[in-house]
Amino acid sequence: MITGILIILPLLFSLVVFSLKDEKWIRRMAVTGSVLEFLVSLYGLFLYSTQCHCQLLLNIGWIESLHISFRFGLDGISLLLVLLTTFLTPLIILSSLDHPYRKPSAFYGLILLMEMAFIGVFSASDGLLFYIFWEMALIPAYFICAVWGGNDRIRITFKFFIYTFTGSLFMLVALIYLYLHTPAPHSFEITYLYAAHLTAPEQIWIFAAFFLAFAIKIPIFPFHSWQPDTYTEAPAGGTMLLAGIMLKMGTYGLIRFVLPICPVALKEWGWIALTLSVIGIIYASVIAIRQSDLKRFIAYVSIAHVGLISAGIFALTPKALEGAVIQMVSHGINITGILIIISLIEKRMKTREIPQIEGMANRAPWLAALFMILLLGSIGLPLTNGFIGEFLLLLGIFERNVWMAAIAGMTIILSAVYMLRMYQRTMLGKLREESPEISDISLAEAVPLIPLVIMVIWIGIFPNFFLQLAEPAIREIMNLIHG
Amino acid sequence: MLTIIALTVLGVVILAEGMLGKKSWHLPTILVGLLVALVLALYGWNRNLHYYNSMLVVDNTSIAFSSVLIFTTFIIFMFAGHYYKDVVRPLDDIYAILIFALAGSVMMTNFGNLIILFLGIETLSIALYVLAGSHKEAITSNEATLKYFLMGSFLSGFLLFGIALLYGASGSLNMDEISRYTLREAGHLSPIFRTGLFLVIIGLAFKIAIVPFHFWAPDVYEGTPTLLTAFMATVVKVASIVALFRLFSNCFSSIREIWEPTLWILAVLTILVGNFTGIYQPNLKRMLAYSSISHSGYMMLAVLAFSARSSGSLLLYAAAYSVATVTAFGILILIRGAKGNDLYTSFEGIAKKNPLEAVCLTIALLSLTGIPPLAGFMAKYYLFTTALEQGYLWLVILAVSGSAISVAYYFKPIVAMYLKEGDGIKLEAGFAFKTHLIFLTILTLVLGLLPVFLINLL
Repeated sequence: MITGILIILPLLFSLVVFSLKDEKWIRRMAVTGSVLEFLVSLYGLFLYSTQCHCQLLLNIGWIESLHISFRFGLDGISLLLVLLTTFLTPLIILSSLDHPYRKPSAFYGLILLMEMAFIGVFSASDGLLFYIFWEMALIPAYFICAVWGGNDRIRITFKFFIYTFTGSLFMLVALIYLYLHTPAPHSFEITYLYAAHLTAPEQIWIFAAFFLAFAIKIPIFPFHSWQPDTYTEAPAGGTMLLAGIMLKMGTYGLIRFVLPICPVALKEWGWIALTLSVIGIIYASVIAIRQSDLKRFIAYVSIAHVGLISAGIFALTPKALEGAVIQMVSHGINITGILIIISLIEKRMKTREIPQIEGMANRAPWLAALFMILLLGSIGLPLTNGFIGEFLLLLGIFERNVWMAAIAGMTIILSAVYMLRMYQRTMLGKLREESPEISDISLAEAVPLIPLVIMVIWIGIFPNFFLQLAEPAIREIMNLIHG
Repeated sequence: MLTIIALTVLGVVILAEGMLGKKSWHLPTILVGLLVALVLALYGWNRNLHYYNSMLVVDNTSIAFSSVLIFTTFIIFMFAGHYYKDVVRPLDDIYAILIFALAGSVMMTNFGNLIILFLGIETLSIALYVLAGSHKEAITSNEATLKYFLMGSFLSGFLLFGIALLYGASGSLNMDEISRYTLREAGHLSPIFRTGLFLVIIGLAFKIAIVPFHFWAPDVYEGTPTLLTAFMATVVKVASIVALFRLFSNCFSSIREIWEPTLWILAVLTILVGNFTGIYQPNLKRMLAYSSISHSGYMMLAVLAFSARSSGSLLLYAAAYSVATVTAFGILILIRGAKGNDLYTSFEGIAKKNPLEAVCLTIALLSLTGIPPLAGFMAKYYLFTTALEQGYLWLVILAVSGSAISVAYYFKPIVAMYLKEGDGIKLEAGFAFKTHLIFLTILTLVLGLLPVFLINLL
């Protein structure tokens, strides 16, 4: 029931926002809708943790002759990601409020529509439904980036669309193929998909098709070429949605579909995916050091960080998987926070070029302090949210392959290098003579940042609550892989 | 049978109205007449009627497809009032010929005998030769009709010759007889029969515009008056595909191995060439021509992967494709009315002043691309599932690649409408026109969310 409300609510609010004319009311309704959605998801969390960790299920018949229905279920992993979505969306909306976007009704309506699609993806327990929501998320994402993006937006968002759409079409073929191999009567229900009879070569092809779709979305090296351009050209809110939530669709898909469905293929060929992910970490880190545009910099940082997450997923150990789940949440929080800060910097300095920004901490100490906390979380300092995830991930990869862990472990050093170097160049030092008058962060601007900073520290100090939420679901998936 | 009679009478009534000079009566008569024909068609549901020694066989499949054809004509005629509003000369001839063409296409879905198939195709084609040239002043229209007539009559010869050879080998024109013949002679078919079969494939492939017999289509579509192009791209296309489907599933299913590779290659060529060439078109009308070519490739999947479910899939696909294409043509009519051409540059910035039209065209194009939860996605999904069930993995993979390519051209008008700056003109669409657009868009959504209605029919 609660899952149904979670999906319908953003849809309703998005329709309302689309139909509104008055700008003030558009913003109000967008904020109300997303906050309400967050409260509902908190109630879902309450239900989940009080009622014996059972799944919150919803099942409404749809195409009964083919055993396709609206089947939604929330287990620990889904719930964490749904919470991440409902937590970040209001903050993203709040942080966009003072931008003078033209056609705000469409902008906020599309964001809410996207939220609905995200929640659908994370809670679907039916393969076809998953695919439908997966594609539905793409359309608003495309329009947000293409309509409100930067100068080169048309070409770049088009590349983004073609790339991701192609990937997901192969996933569709794989899903139908799986469907036809499920025990009779065929069904897209996730347990049926898990029980599909596949020979080893079939598993490899299914694995390849799914991997293509998810690797493009995440993105894993070498399928990442759409990502830096798109992140750079998208409007601030759009980048936050893409980096904070949308890429988790890919890692979530890996955990939900690839791991349980293709265990044999993974044991034989998973090392390729693992190696690609690890290459991506080093490759993106090295490129990140050389970037001068803040957003492009964050784009590469994100490739490096999600590379570690996907490496952890392909390590196939319980610890790494736990790390991957918690790191997905942390990464969403950190990158959204950093992107909000970047948009604040851009607003003040009228540029995102690192060499032209210097010594902001002199005039904006609070901004610099908040930025520091988020950066430390992203680097993975102990007592911040990044630490626990990175630690578990590296431990898990270590159990699988020492060398891979050693190479992936360089991310700790590299991320400290590029993050702190960027911080030093932009925040510290003397303020330039010719730089414009800048003010410190205002209360309204701090509102979306404070919850993020609190979460950075909270997850850092009490990670157990989140780990325990995901634990039964992770155990189940590990059983499916090894059992 | 009743449907065909009703449509013929309707055509004659329109001509009579024309003689009496009652121009304003045409459209109401046609719309009511089409609804009557639709009801008459549905009247035969579950009866499985045979007429004149099985010359016409009216079963549920044929009823469902003729209903789609009649309905598509209906939604096209809803645009006719707007399209011909400034035309002074009498229109009874054009309307009547359109109705006769529809009667021909209904025959193509009901035939039980190859002669009726040929008769249906010729009724349709001759009507279309006239319609293509109905803008007598325009040179492009003249070019279209000449091209279409020369090629069409030549390729009709192939079809007729093929039918004659099939008759020569099997001794009958009746579909049941031929299917019994193929079952009996499956191992050692005479070369005459094989030759006849391939000539029939070529003849039908031309009518459907399957690659490599598609060269006429873009030029003819471009020259033909837009409203009639919508008819050609939907009704004519669907009728020809259904004829192919009906012929092969009823007559030749026992000799699959003879025609399967040919159709496989034709389907792949159609999908790939249609989609790739679509990218390089300068305007929406030619793009929709190539879009229709590639979609006929997808629909051939249903012919190839014949199973209990394939007629349902084809029905959904035909309906989804027709509705989306008619919507796109509706917007095309508006754009041509406002700008005089339909180059992509004419679409620039129209979303600002015409949000409704822009959204309708966007949803139609997304449906044609196959984005969930729209009708086009569900149709593709069912078609691919049917094909995969029959083991056509590579065909499906190639078809899916085609879909990915098609994004490149379906997004061109969308990009132009939303992302480019234009002169901000207001398209003049009346209340009825807008309502109809909304209706078609809702239909695209409903077919996507509740495809069961059509799928479970067959």
